[in-house]
Order: sequence, then C-alpha cells, then structure tokens
Amino acid sequence: MHAEGSLTEFRAEIRSWLEQNCPQEMRDGRITDDAICWGGKNWVFSSDAQRLWLERAAARGLTVPRWPSEYGGAGLSRAEEKIFLEEMERINARPPLKSFGISMLGPALLHFGTPEQKGHYLPQIARGEIRWCQGYSEPGAGSDLASVQTRGEDKGDHWLVNGQKIWTSYADKADWIFALVRTDRDAPKHKGISFLLIDMEDPGVTTRPIRLISGASPFCETFFDNVQVPKDRIVGEENRGWDVAKYLLTHEREMISSGGTGLSGGRALGAVMAQMAGEPSLQDPTLRAAAIRCELDALATGLTIERYKDMAEAGNGVGDASAMLKYVGTELNKRRHELIMSACGSDALEWDGPAGSRAADWLRTKANSIEGGTSEVMLTIVARRILGLPGA
Amino acid sequence: MEKLVKSQDETMLADSARGFLDDAAPVSALRHLRDAGRTHDPDLWQRICGMGWAGVLIPEDAGGSDMGHAAAGMLAHEMGRTLVNSPFLSSAVIAATALRQVADARAMDAMAAIAAGRTTYALAIDETHKFAPEATAMTAGRSGNGFRLSGTKRFVIDGGFADRILVLARAAEGLTLFDLPADRAGMDRTALNLIDGRDAARITFGNVEATGDDVLGQVGDAMAVLKPALEAGQAALAAEMSGLAAGAFDMTVGYLKERKQFGRPIGSFQALQHRAAHLWCEIEVTASAVLNAGRVLDGNPGEAALAVSLAKARATSTAQLAVMEGVQMHGGIGMTDEYDMGFYMKRARVGAEWLGDYGYHAEQVAALRGI
Ligand SMILES: Cc1cc2nc3c(=O)[nH]c(=O)nc-3n(C[C@H](O)[C@H](O)[C@H](O)COP(=O)(O)OP(=O)(O)OC[C@H]3O[C@@H](n4cnc5c(N)ncnc54)[C@H](O)[C@@H]3O)c2cc1C
Repeated sequence: MHAEGSLTEFRAEIRSWLEQNCPQEMRDGRITDDAICWGGKNWVFSSDAQRLWLERAAARGLTVPRWPSEYGGAGLSRAEEKIFLEEMERINARPPLKSFGISMLGPALLHFGTPEQKGHYLPQIARGEIRWCQGYSEPGAGSDLASVQTRGEDKGDHWLVNGQKIWTSYADKADWIFALVRTDRDAPKHKGISFLLIDMEDPGVTTRPIRLISGASPFCETFFDNVQVPKDRIVGEENRGWDVAKYLLTHEREMISSGGTGLSGGRALGAVMAQMAGEPSLQDPTLRAAAIRCELDALATGLTIERYKDMAEAGNGVGDASAMLKYVGTELNKRRHELIMSACGSDALEWDGPAGSRAADWLRTKANSIEGGTSEVMLTIVARRILGLPGA
Repeated sequence: MEKLVKSQDETMLADSARGFLDDAAPVSALRHLRDAGRTHDPDLWQRICGMGWAGVLIPEDAGGSDMGHAAAGMLAHEMGRTLVNSPFLSSAVIAATALRQVADARAMDAMAAIAAGRTTYALAIDETHKFAPEATAMTAGRSGNGFRLSGTKRFVIDGGFADRILVLARAAEGLTLFDLPADRAGMDRTALNLIDGRDAARITFGNVEATGDDVLGQVGDAMAVLKPALEAGQAALAAEMSGLAAGAFDMTVGYLKERKQFGRPIGSFQALQHRAAHLWCEIEVTASAVLNAGRVLDGNPGEAALAVSLAKARATSTAQLAVMEGVQMHGGIGMTDEYDMGFYMKRARVGAEWLGDYGYHAEQVAALRGI
C-alpha cells in the first residue's frame, strides 16, 4: 500500500522523467502494431527516436513496469503502474516496446521458471533483445488445444522435436518460440504435454508465411524437423506443460481484451466516426444510435478491465475472468470497426484509398474473437469455471 | 482515482446488508405486501433506519454515518437483489443529497429526521410519460410574498406515503425546488397501482400555497440543488438495478443446475451455457460502471454526470436482459405468478423508466462525449 503523498511524489517524478526522456517523435499517440517497436535480434528501428526511447525506457525498467528490478523491471505497484500509464497517455507517448515476451511468456516465466531461466530470459525480454512467438496451435489442435501432436522424444540430454505448428504470429520475425510439445503419448491428453523454449535458429526449424484476408501475412506455419532441444529449456515440469500453457493464456487474453479500448486515443467513437465521414456530427440517426451504444459499452468495458486489474493479486493476473474480458473486449472491437467502416462508406473500400488502411484494420479485427481462444470457447470457460455449470 | 474494488468497510457493509435482507426482506416479503394490497412496510423501514442506512449520505452532525455514494450503492444493490420496497432512494439518497446542498439549520434538522426514520420524502418531478426535468411546466406563480403551485406530477415514487414532497416547479425566475409537507392544503394524491408493487402516486397541485421558506435552495436555481440529488438517485438506482440483475441471474443459474430434461441438467446444454455466460459478462461490465459512478460522486461530485449516466444506461439494459433471459431459461414456470422471476421482470421495467430511461442517459453520455 502507498500513502497518497508518496504516489503524488511518484507522479511528479515519472512526469519529469518522461519529459526528459521520451523523444518528441514518440509522442504521436500511435499505438498500432506497425508503429511500435517489437524488438528482437533482427529489429530494424524505424528511427533513432524509436531506438533511443527503447534504450532509455529499458534502462529505467519501464518496458515492463511491474516486473521486479532484478529481471529488468521497475518493480512498480499497481497504483504506480496506473500513474505511469496515465502520464504516458497525457503526453501521447507510444509504448517503448511491445512483445509476446512481455505480455505472454514473461508472466509464465515469472510464475513457473527456474531462477536460471528467469535471470537469463527476462532481462533480454525487458531490453527488447529477443523476440518470441507462440507455438500452440496445430492443424488438428485449435480450440481443442490439448490434442497437440508435435512430438518430443526423450534423448537423454535433449528432446528430439518433430511436428508442425500453424497460425504462429510473427514466427518469421521471432528469435525464439515457446511451444507445446507432446512428451508422453500414452498419458491422457492434458497430462503428456511439455512447455519447451526453442531457438528459431536451431537446425530443423523452418517457417512459411500465410496471407491473411487483410492482405498482410503476419503469421506462419512452423515446422520442426528433428530439432534438438536441450533439457534445460523446459518451463515447469515434464508433462505438466498444460498448466503453464493455461496460465500463459490468461495473460494473453487479458492483453487482447484491451485492444479495442485504446483505439481512438480517449476520444469518443462517434466523434471519430463523424470526422472520418467528414461530417460535423454523425448525420445518420441509425449509425449515431449504434455509435452511442458502442461508446457506452466501451467506457464500461474499459472500467471493467481496470476493475479486474485492481482486484488481481499482485503479479498473478486475473485468472479465469480473463475469458470474460477477452470475450467482451474483442466483440466490442469488432463492433467498433464495423461502425467505422459504415461511417467511411465507399471511402474505406479501396486498399490504401481515401480512408487509409481502414479496410485492412477492419478485416484484422475479425481475428480478435478467434486468436487466443474463440469467443465460444471463452463463453464455455465462463459457464463451466466461473458459473459452475455442468459438463455435457 | 480510488480503486474499483470494495474496501474492507464496504465489503462488511454489503455482507451485513445481505444477511439482514435475506432474513428480514426476502422476495417473499414483497409478495406478502402485494397480496395484502400494500406498497410500504413502515416496520421494515424503521429497522433499516435502526441500522443506520438512512443516514449513509448524511453528515455525522446530523446523525448520519456519511459513508458516501459508493456505500449507498452497495446498500441499494443488496436491496435490489431481494426487491425491497423502501423509501431508501427517495429519502436517504435523493432528498438527503438535496438537503445536503443547502445544509442550513433547517436542512440539517430535516436530514436528522431522515436519518432517524422520522420523515420520509418523495421527489415529484415527471409531468409526462417520460423523465424531462428541464421541460417542467408546473407553475409557481407569485402570490404576495409567496407562491401558488398548480399542475400535476406523475409517477411520484414513494409519493403515496411520504411525509414530505420535493416538487419541481417553474417560477418567473426559473425552475425552483420546493420542500412541502405532503398534507399541505390543495395537494391531492392518488395512489398508482404500479406493475411491480412499488409505491407511487399522482399528485395534483391546485393553487397550493408555498412560502419562501418552502424553497429548497434559491428561487430560479433548482438545479444547483436538484442536479446533485438526481445524480445521486440515478447512481443508486443503477446500483439497485444491478442488484436486481444479479438476483435474477442467481435464480436462473440455480435453475440451470437443478432442472433436468433429456436426462441431464439443462445447464449442461451449451446453448444455455453461452447465454448464461454472456449475461454474466454483461452483469460484470455493468458492475464496473456502477461502482465507478459511486467513486466519482464521492471523489469528484462536480464531474459525475458522465459516470452516472453511463451507470444508469448500462444498468437499465443489463437488468432488462437479465430478466428476459431469466424468464426464457425458466420455461413455463418463469411465466407463473407463483414463481418470483416475474417480480424481477416488472421491477426492471419500472426502474428502467424512473429518473431517465436508456435513451435519456445515452444522450447525456453522447453530449458529454461529443457524439
Ligand atoms: C490472427 C491470428 C493469429 C494467431 N496467432 C497464433 C499464434 O501466434 N500462436 C498460436 O499458437 N495460435 C495462433 N492463432 C490460432 C488461434 O489460437 C486458433 O485459431 C484458435 O484457437 C481457434 O482454433 P481453430 O482455428 O482451429 O478453430 P476451431 O477450433 O476449428 O474452431 C472453429 C469454430 O468452431 C467453434 N468451436 C470449436 N470447438 C467448440 C466447442 N467445444 N464449443 C463451441 N464451439 C466450438 C469455434 O469457436 C469456431 O467458431 C492465431 C489465430 C489468428 C486468427
């Protein structure tokens, strides 16, 4: 707990730090995937400002504000983190770094990793030196994730991994992959999976990009062909990888849930829509009514994400309720983009036409309620685990 | 910004309220009242006052506990859960907040009387079938040193038994709020037989005399007093409706686990699981808006309009979804008078209209957000 006084001091301190350290160019409020630094060995900085911003933020632990300082974080409390984020928003700062290492693997390592693993991987993630991708889904294992077939044979000092992953976001850009691998084929499906960390440069790892309906190809098929994975690259116990996988998913879902709430930089959706439509205020009464309803839901959803973060035990995330946040947040985001498309009309129907990348953005949001677990799966989790409704 | 979680004190308050109400005022109490043709239980209200709830927004100098709007919302939530008929919103929230804006010696006495359970209040505002305070037409014409009030107020919740009436009227100087005893000559009340068994009256004012002393706040400046009172009432009503939604939802989930068809609990059918899960998500999202409204009213009352309208709009749509899904997932039994779900449905409908419906509050939000 913090006394009000020390929080006020903290705000002043962080404000002046941001004033001095956040480059002007990084204060343009752009938070889309293409504007933000994702880090990794192969990252090409879009500008000196982007590089400088990452270095300065990392030196201060602010790429991962809540992680302990020994792992590259700033050790902030929830209250301090809120203040940091508010101060970032005040000056329209871009986040200095975004990555699956931060939002997915990091929390799982903090919870399940050995001291050596934490000390080795976490600081590199915090500094944006290594970039991770997620090797969960397979052609035959989507919603039924626990039926993954990628195989890991015990060869004494290493596992020999063979199989295929699919829909691996940014596999072609990542340095490492965290993968679910079947290490016991005789055990019940949830009890034979291990959570392995695999270097994408290892012999036998290849990727092939897949093109999305939005035109971009940020995800891939990933193949493992006799890949040797040393034994110390397992997170959690052998054959208990499902626990790690599920824990990680709660963090992933929490992360995805907020995707839509920051879309218009604090401005009302209806106002953004009117601007896009070139109207002083939305003229179509049906569209305006839908925009207002969506705005109410967005405000309340934003408060709900805050409330659940407030409730979460320090460092543990929100647990099963992440399914609720993901469902609500992603369905909302899809609605927002449908409305934006309607407001833009035919302006938004050309690739890179008068309304820019609206169409691509709109198409991309359709994945929100699929990636990280579908809306249907989220509702089932709520029904079974939170409401306690019986299985079939 | 205060955390969006209940403090320890608030949790204790809500828990003790729930314990008390489950025992003293379960839904069956509303059924008994209705069957007896009554809308108000003075004994229950005295017990509630005895626990200090009526003073939740009243300063300690006036005998209140001054716990604030978030706490008032938690009490309202619990009362919504078991559909308690009481003048809590009218007296302890709306009237108390109005009086508190004035806070002179008389207002302090009036607040003390509310906190102690000696006086109940009702707010007379609507004149048409919809909430529209700015469009008030009832006149307060000058007459000597005082006023003469003429017009009709409809849908005065708790107006059937309240000792005093806060009434909004238009004087030459503008909208003016009067605080009148309910038995003032010329006031004629007709009890309304509301669908949800809540107390309400239509009050006709036939040249009712009022003096300057009867004005609460300044002549022509009703909103200085009324706006905070309405916001407090709307936030607490939103909390009551979120409690109502939670109560209907608990019944429904209970039924899904217990009712069997095709040889298994109906709650094992995914079609129903997903509807129940969606409803729970809506209830959680609304709970955040409701708690936030209480926090903003406590921390930054001058800037609460957005938070309050967000809460009332969300609570309205969520409560309506909860009762519709509640009846549907119960099947035939949900349609029977013998079963309680119908009480929830009727109260949700009345709450939806009181103090501004979804459209009214959605427009407030739209105006404040520049849509
Ligand atoms: C853009 C994008 C990025 C992704 N990135 C990654 C990544 O980086 N790494 C990774 O591992 N995966 C990734 N995924 C994969 C994603 O997690 C899966 O697509 C998702 O889990 C669904 O699996 P599926 O595609 O096999 O669909 P299926 O499981 O085949 O589902 C098809 C439909 O059936 C429904 N359904 C399935 N089972 C049930 C059930 N029991 N009850 C009711 N309905 C059901 C689903 O809801 C869906 O509507 C990504 C996906 C997308 C679209």
